[in-house]
Amino acid sequence: MAEPRRKMKDLRKQPGFDFMAWFCIVFLYAPIVVLIIFSFNDNRSVVRWTEFSLRWYYAAFDNEGIRNATIVSLKVAAVSTLFATTFATMAALATTRTPPFRGQMLSYAIINQPLMIPEIVTAVATLSFFSIIKQLTGVTGIGYLMLAHTVFCIPFAYMPIRARLEDMNLTLEQAAADLYATPIQVFRKVTMPLLAPGIVAGGMLAFVVSLDDVIITLMVAGPGETTLPVYILGQIRRGITPEINAVSTLLLLLSIVLVSAFFTLGNKKK
Amino acid sequence: MTLKRSIPALVAASFMLATPALAEGELNIYNWGNYTSPELIEKFEEKYDIEVNLDGYDSNETMLAKVREGNTGYDIVVPGDSTVKIMIEQGMLAEIKPNEMENFGNMDPKWVDVWWDPGRNYSVPWQWGTTSFTVDTEVFGGDINTLALMFDPPEELKGRINMLNDMHDVINAGLRYKGYDRCNSNTDELRDVTELLINAKQYWRTMDYSTIEKLTSNDVDLSQNWNGAAMRARAQRPTLQYAYPVEGFTGWMDNVAVLKDAPNMENAKLFVNFIMEPENAALISNFARYANGIKGSEAFMDEEMLSAPEIVMPADAPTPDFVKPCSQEVTDMYNKIWTKLKQ
Amino acid sequence: MGAVQHSGADARLDEARRRVEADTRRRRRQLLAPTLIVIGVFGLFPLTITLIYSFLSPGVYGGVTWEFSTDAYVQFLFERDIFDDTLSFSGTYLSIYGRSIGLAFGATVGALLIGFPTAYFIASKPPSQRNFWLFLITLPFWTNLLIRTYAVLLIIRDEGIVNLSLQSIGLIDQPLTILYTDFAVFLGLIYSYLPFMVLPLYASLEKLDFRLVEAAYDLYATRFQVLRHVIVPMAKPGIVAGCILVFIPGLGAYITPELLGGGKELMIGNLIALQFGGSRNWPFGSAAALILMVVVMMSLIVYVRYAGKEGNSHG
Repeated sequence: MAEPRRKMKDLRKQPGFDFMAWFCIVFLYAPIVVLIIFSFNDNRSVVRWTEFSLRWYYAAFDNEGIRNATIVSLKVAAVSTLFATTFATMAALATTRTPPFRGQMLSYAIINQPLMIPEIVTAVATLSFFSIIKQLTGVTGIGYLMLAHTVFCIPFAYMPIRARLEDMNLTLEQAAADLYATPIQVFRKVTMPLLAPGIVAGGMLAFVVSLDDVIITLMVAGPGETTLPVYILGQIRRGITPEINAVSTLLLLLSIVLVSAFFTLGNKKK
Repeated sequence: MTLKRSIPALVAASFMLATPALAEGELNIYNWGNYTSPELIEKFEEKYDIEVNLDGYDSNETMLAKVREGNTGYDIVVPGDSTVKIMIEQGMLAEIKPNEMENFGNMDPKWVDVWWDPGRNYSVPWQWGTTSFTVDTEVFGGDINTLALMFDPPEELKGRINMLNDMHDVINAGLRYKGYDRCNSNTDELRDVTELLINAKQYWRTMDYSTIEKLTSNDVDLSQNWNGAAMRARAQRPTLQYAYPVEGFTGWMDNVAVLKDAPNMENAKLFVNFIMEPENAALISNFARYANGIKGSEAFMDEEMLSAPEIVMPADAPTPDFVKPCSQEVTDMYNKIWTKLKQ
Repeated sequence: MGAVQHSGADARLDEARRRVEADTRRRRRQLLAPTLIVIGVFGLFPLTITLIYSFLSPGVYGGVTWEFSTDAYVQFLFERDIFDDTLSFSGTYLSIYGRSIGLAFGATVGALLIGFPTAYFIASKPPSQRNFWLFLITLPFWTNLLIRTYAVLLIIRDEGIVNLSLQSIGLIDQPLTILYTDFAVFLGLIYSYLPFMVLPLYASLEKLDFRLVEAAYDLYATRFQVLRHVIVPMAKPGIVAGCILVFIPGLGAYITPELLGGGKELMIGNLIALQFGGSRNWPFGSAAALILMVVVMMSLIVYVRYAGKEGNSHG
C-alpha cells in the first residue's frame, strides 16, 4: 500500500503548481499581517506606524457600537448560512444527476438570480418590498435582514455543492439501495459524506459573503441592526479608526478558535 | 424526512428572532456614522431612563432612500440642510415645533430663520461646518486662499490633489472658480465648467471621501475637505492649513429632525430639547469637532476647538455659501457633467 | 392467452416506470421548493420592481413618479445634448461598461491562474489536511472587505512594503506607482474574489481520481498533457462555477475600484449606485442594472454552452 502511494504522490505534482499555491497564500495573508500589525499601532491613523500599544483593543471593547455590530454580524451570518446552505444542498440534489427536465434552465436562472443584479439595485428594491410587508403585517425585526442575506447567499453555497455533485458516482448509492438501505439511510450514510466537502466549501463561502455584505444590509437593516461592515462604511467620511483593525484581529482569532474546536471535536468523534 | 421536518422549525425560529413592536422607553437614532458622542447618549439615557439605539449611515441619500420607503423604525435622523428642505417638502418629517420648546432660547438667532426650515418648526442644529480644502504649506508656500490651487495648480501640487467624490462639491467649486451661480442651468456657463473640470482632472490623483487618510499618508498634499476633518488631519500632519478661498466655499449644517412615523415620538422630542442645552451641545462638538448652533456652549468646549483656525473663521473670509437643493433639470445636467468627467 | 399475459407485464412495467418518474419529479419539486420560494419571492419580486422602475420617470429628489417613459433606455445609448437638446449617439456609458467588463474579465483570468494551482495543491494533500488548507484560504475573509482593501492599499502605496523592498534590493530607483491605477483595481478584485474561485475548484478537484492521472502517465502522457486532457476536463464544473462567482460580483464591485483606483473613473457598480444616490435618477439606475443583467446572462449562456462543448469533446 505504501509503495504505490508514494509513486502516486509524485505523479500528482504539476510543475509550478506548488509555487503558485504558496504565492496565493502569501498574497492572501500579506494584507492580513499588515492589518494585525497596525491594530497594535499607538496612533489614530490607520496608515502610519508610531509605536506598539494595546489602546485600540481597549477602545474596541469599550465601544458599544462596535460590540453590538460584531454580534449582529455573527448572528446574521450564522443564521443565513444555515438556511442558505441547507436550501442550496437540496436544490443541488434536485438539479444535478438527473436527465434534463422541464424547467431546468429556469431553475438555474432563478437560483443564480441574486448574483445577476448589482447589489445596490437589489438593496433598493428589497427595501421597498420589505417596507410593504412591514406595513401589511406590522412585524419588524432582524428576521428581514437574515432573510435578505439568505437569498444572496444561496447561489454562493449552491455553486460548490453543485460542482461537487456533478458527475458524482451513483454506484455507491445504488449498491447501498441494493442492500436494502432506505432512501434516508442512503442519503445519510452515502450521499452526505460524499457531498460533505462541497457543503463545507459552500457553507464557508456563504458565511464569508454574509459577513462581508454591506450595501444590502445598509438598506435593509432596522434600528439596532447595524453590522460591522455597515458600521465601517459609516465611518469612511469621518476617518476609520484602528479600533476596526483590533476588532478584525479579534474576529480572525475567534474564527481560528471556533474552527480548531470544530476540528478537534470532529477528530474525537472518529 | 428529517430535513423536511426541520425546515418549518427553522423558519419558525427565524421568525421568533423577528421581535415585534418596540418596547416603551426607547429611542432609535439614525445619524451619520461616528458622528454622535457616546457621552451624550449615556447622559440622555440616564436622565430620562430611555434606551437609545444608535445606527450610522454613510450619506444623506442612503437615509433618504430608507425613509422614503417608510417603516424604518427610526425616530430621529440628522439630515443636511438641503435634505431637511426636501424632507419637509415631501412630508417625511414631523412638525415637532422646537421653537416652542423649553431650551429653544439657547439657539443662536442666526440659525433660526434659515431657508431649509424657516422659524425652526421641524429641526434644530446638530453641527455646522464648511467645505473647502487643506494644503500642506511646506509643499506649497504661496497664497493658499484661492480655488486655482485645485483647478490650475502650481507645479508642486500637480498630481498631488484629492477631490471629494461628490458631484455637488466638485461642480460647485468649479462654478465658484469661474464666478458663476450655483444650481446653474445656463448651458454656456456649464460647458465652460465642464471643460475646466475635465482639464483639471489630469492634475488630480484621487477622488475620495477618506480625506484624513489621504492627507496623513502623504498620498496627496492638497485635499478638498470639511473643516472638522481638516482639523483632525492637521493633528497628524501639522504643516497642513485649511484654506478660505476668496472665490467662496460651501457652508453646511446637519440638523436633528423627527420622522413623521416615529414610533417613539415623545422620547424624540425630549432628545431634541435635550441637545439644545449648551452643555450637551458642547459634548456633540467636542466629539465630532464641528461647531454647534447653541449659545453658551463655548463655555463647555475644548480649549483647542475655540482657537482652531478651521473653526474660527478669519474676519476677512467670505461668508460660507449654504447651497439650496437644485431642480431636477439642473441635477440632470450635473449628472451628465459628472459622468463625462468620470468616464 | 400468452399475448395477454405479455401485455399485462408490459403495462405493469410501464406503470412502475411512470411511478418512479412521478416519484422523481415529486422529490425534485420538494427539494427545489425552499430555494425557489425564497428566491422567487425575495429575489424576483425586487427584480420586478426594478423592471417597473426602469420604465417610469425619475421623481423629484429621488424615487420615481408613475409616468411611463423609455427615457432611461434611450439615455443609455444616446445623449440628449445638454446644450442644444439634440439626440446623438453617446459612448459614455458603453465605455464605462467596457472598462468594467475588461477589468472583471482580467480579474477572473487572474484568479483562475492563481486559484487553479492552489485548489489542485489542496486537493492533492492527504484528506485529513484538506479542511485545514480550505480554512486557510477563507480565514482572511473574516475581515471586512473595506479593511482588507485598506491593508492592500498600505502594501502597494508609493512608500509601501512592495516599493520599499524593491528599492532596497536595488531593482528600482523610483517608487512604482501602483496605487490608484487600473492595475491596483485588478489586483484588488483578484484579492477580493479569490476564494470564490478556489472553493468551487477544490470541490470538483477533490473527487479527482488520481488513478486516472496514473493511467495517463502509464500511457506516456507528459505532465502538460495530463493537465490538459485529464485534470482540467474533470475540473470543468468547478472552473465554470468559479469563473461565474468571480466575474459577476467583480462586474458590480464598487468599493474596491473606488478605494484602490482612486475614484476618478466610474465602474458599472459606481454608475448604478450613483443613480440611486446623488444623481437621483432611479429609473436610469434600474435600466442600467437590467442592461447589465442581460449582458451577464448572455455571456453566461455563451460561456456555459462553450464550456459544455469543450467538456464533451474531452469525453
